[in-house]
Amino acid sequence: MAANRWGRFSDWDERPLRLDKFAVEDAENGFAAFKSPHDPKPGLRIVDGRVVELDGVAEADFDMIDLFVARYHLDTAVAEEAMAIPSPAIARMLVDMNVPRTELVRIAHGLTPAKLAEVVAELNALEIAFAYSKMRARRTPGNQGHVTNAKDDPLQLAADAATAVALGFDEIETTMRVSRNAWANALACAVGASVGRAGTLFQCASEEAEELKIGMAGFTSYAETVSVYGTERAFIDGDDTPWSKAFLATAYASRGIKMRCTSGAGSELLMGFHEKKSMLYLEARCLCLQRAMGVQGTQNGGIDGAPITATVPGGVREMMAENLVAVWLDLECASGNDARSTESEIRVGAKILPYLIGGSDLICSGFGSILKYDNSFNPSLLNGEELEDYLVLQRDFEADGGLTPIGEEQALDLRQRAVAAIAAVFEELDLGQPTREMMASVVMASGSDDTDSYLPGEVARISDRIRDRGITVVDVIKALHARGFIEEAENLLWLVKLRISGDYLQTSAMVRDGKILSAVNDPNDYGGPGTGYRLSAARREEIVAIRDVLDRETVLGQEEEFARQEAPGITFTKMGEATVGDDPREVVIGVSPAFGVKLFRTMSGIPVAELLGALVEGIESAGGVPRIVRLRHTADTSFLGLSAARLSGSRVGIGIQTKGTAVIHHADRLPHNNLELFSNAPITTLDHYRGLGRNAAIYARGDEPEPVVVPNHGEAMGSRYHARVALIYAIETELTADGAAPEEITMEIVGVPA
Amino acid sequence: MSDEKLTTADYPLAEKRPELIRGPRGAPLDAVTLDAVLAGDVTLQDLRITPDALRLQAEVARDANRGTLGANFDRASELVDVPQDFIMQVYELLRPGRSKSKQPLLDAAGTLRETYGATRMAEFVEEAAHVYERRGLFTHRF
Repeated sequence: MAANRWGRFSDWDERPLRLDKFAVEDAENGFAAFKSPHDPKPGLRIVDGRVVELDGVAEADFDMIDLFVARYHLDTAVAEEAMAIPSPAIARMLVDMNVPRTELVRIAHGLTPAKLAEVVAELNALEIAFAYSKMRARRTPGNQGHVTNAKDDPLQLAADAATAVALGFDEIETTMRVSRNAWANALACAVGASVGRAGTLFQCASEEAEELKIGMAGFTSYAETVSVYGTERAFIDGDDTPWSKAFLATAYASRGIKMRCTSGAGSELLMGFHEKKSMLYLEARCLCLQRAMGVQGTQNGGIDGAPITATVPGGVREMMAENLVAVWLDLECASGNDARSTESEIRVGAKILPYLIGGSDLICSGFGSILKYDNSFNPSLLNGEELEDYLVLQRDFEADGGLTPIGEEQALDLRQRAVAAIAAVFEELDLGQPTREMMASVVMASGSDDTDSYLPGEVARISDRIRDRGITVVDVIKALHARGFIEEAENLLWLVKLRISGDYLQTSAMVRDGKILSAVNDPNDYGGPGTGYRLSAARREEIVAIRDVLDRETVLGQEEEFARQEAPGITFTKMGEATVGDDPREVVIGVSPAFGVKLFRTMSGIPVAELLGALVEGIESAGGVPRIVRLRHTADTSFLGLSAARLSGSRVGIGIQTKGTAVIHHADRLPHNNLELFSNAPITTLDHYRGLGRNAAIYARGDEPEPVVVPNHGEAMGSRYHARVALIYAIETELTADGAAPEEITMEIVGVPA
Repeated sequence: MSDEKLTTADYPLAEKRPELIRGPRGAPLDAVTLDAVLAGDVTLQDLRITPDALRLQAEVARDANRGTLGANFDRASELVDVPQDFIMQVYELLRPGRSKSKQPLLDAAGTLRETYGATRMAEFVEEAAHVYERRGLFTHRF
């Protein structure tokens, strides 16, 4: 440790948080979330239905983005009315549950990027979260997961896709380590996602032309890699223009493929063309542009720029604000929470919470359903490692985060089925002959480090064959059927069939229970408590059903098992009503009602016989005389101790509950002002109890011992044990009887407890 | 098609108005079954969206006050029968610096209009040509 330094700073240095680097606010260099002196003042001039000035820029000076926004986004019929409303007034409308979403959307059609940014900047983080929840387009929340692995192994992709579908992801997205492997990835995920149920939309992020071809072969059902930027230079540097991207968007629609654009704070900064503007203002331009292009939705909220956005003050609030602009513009929002923007688990939890409790069309635009190292997009905010944490957050807040817990057996069955299905398709289409060993390793593997399966080079050859032979989804459907995977064949066909009607091209479309749910037939109608999305009883039941939940029967069954093991070894003999002792060396041990009657072990697993033995040994080691009394009027530690003390010849007694909580008390003290207390039973050992007995005997002779301290390491004892403690303690309290007299008992240990 | 304009009440079309939806070769939705696929009666060609379906979705979108989305569906209805290679060619031409002058874009617009009847798309590409000229995008890029 360095001299002249408070040690806490050294502790802090070691926390994962300190791996995050933070940047100073510096608008001149693009590091400004909400405000830059270079942001324009909102403004709009319309002459004869034509936009002649937009946010301080005259028509003659419009860049491509201004031009596109002026022509296609701004609705001149509402613009003058909308722009005339002061920004604070619109901000209040956003958080006013009595102003309907539809009215705010109508106004947004006439607002310029600078005005939209100015309005949402009025809101604090809580107001943004609330407004987001009110303004998002579809009522029912959903989620998207990444399915990739470090080897591009198609067997694992199929297994992981099936698992992701079971977890409830409405969309799954894959990408590759080796770009040639796109066709194999797409085929494998399409097969895996057909296991279990139909309707999970699927995309394969790859090069634009290739991605469209894979879509046309029927393997994928949506795309979201069409990126847009907030400055003209960034756009051109990204090798596109608003017109080229809009053309691509139209091309996807013409192929019956769902599509959304991507934009997020920080991209212009990373690309070096931020024009000294704030992130929010640039993002408002991107979003107006997307509405102008006529895309149904956006993947928005930092996205690849999330990590750099999170380095500036207010960066995380900015990502929430840009998501709000997106949904206010009536776009489907796959709301980021994607690229991992921090090493701090606390920052991860804080980042996700507003979306979890407020809902979003797709809460994550890529929750890593796989392990971090297997994520070919880079680790997500939340990953396979933390997936159960997320499931518990849903349960904690009774919030629908789009996911559903799965059981161990269910997971194994699905993975087996998916791997068998992809292997059958490979064999049937002469693409490969995976061995039993390969398949078995994938079914059990948490990640690709644990598999003995295909390597990227072998996959490349399979992928080339799929492409070169022109294999389509119809061939895969036939192959599945030929090998007896009838349900999977039906499911895959069901998904491809969605293209014919194009219903899933409408805003915020997903599939639930075999039906399309979108902003058209499931519009967010939030208008205050009791409206908007609410957990149904059935959905709540799914969400709360996490694994390993304690119930009374399990806990009591365990206690009964302890009783079977230990009860035969101990005999308590009742010696009649306990009286007040007169030996000044006496220390009375007051045991709780169920001690050795119904309950036989402490929370740290010590059998009651050993526990009593240690106390007795400790008392005797300091010259005390132990006497055991069963107290039946109370199970409370303080009163067990105090009652014992009042019966004791020395006026010092020990109170002990079966679960191991123990106290040394003196007859003259107030109930809750004891001499020594062991409150952390789960970490209390026999040595501690021996020390407690010894100290009690020392107090009895009027000396002052050094108190026994049970050291802890900051364990969250309550979270670990309280559910169990409460169930066990209820057995103690059931046996109490008002006014029941203390009973003197002797204990005899017949055998050594098992 | 009649003059009836669809509304959000007609959505999802596959559920509410299945009689309006036909595959590219005229097959109704309930003819698209696994058996038909196995028999070879339904091929990938039948699993595509049609210009009519896109126009109907455009009507639904406009009824939901999503005019720009409706316009995109209308443009898309014009591209359904445009071959993939030509679509990718036009996309490539629209990227920065691919065209050295307005002309290749205007030619592409001409083909869209004359060969494929894609009037809206043609206008859109022509608009791009004018904007690119104004913003100096017809410069050589390495």
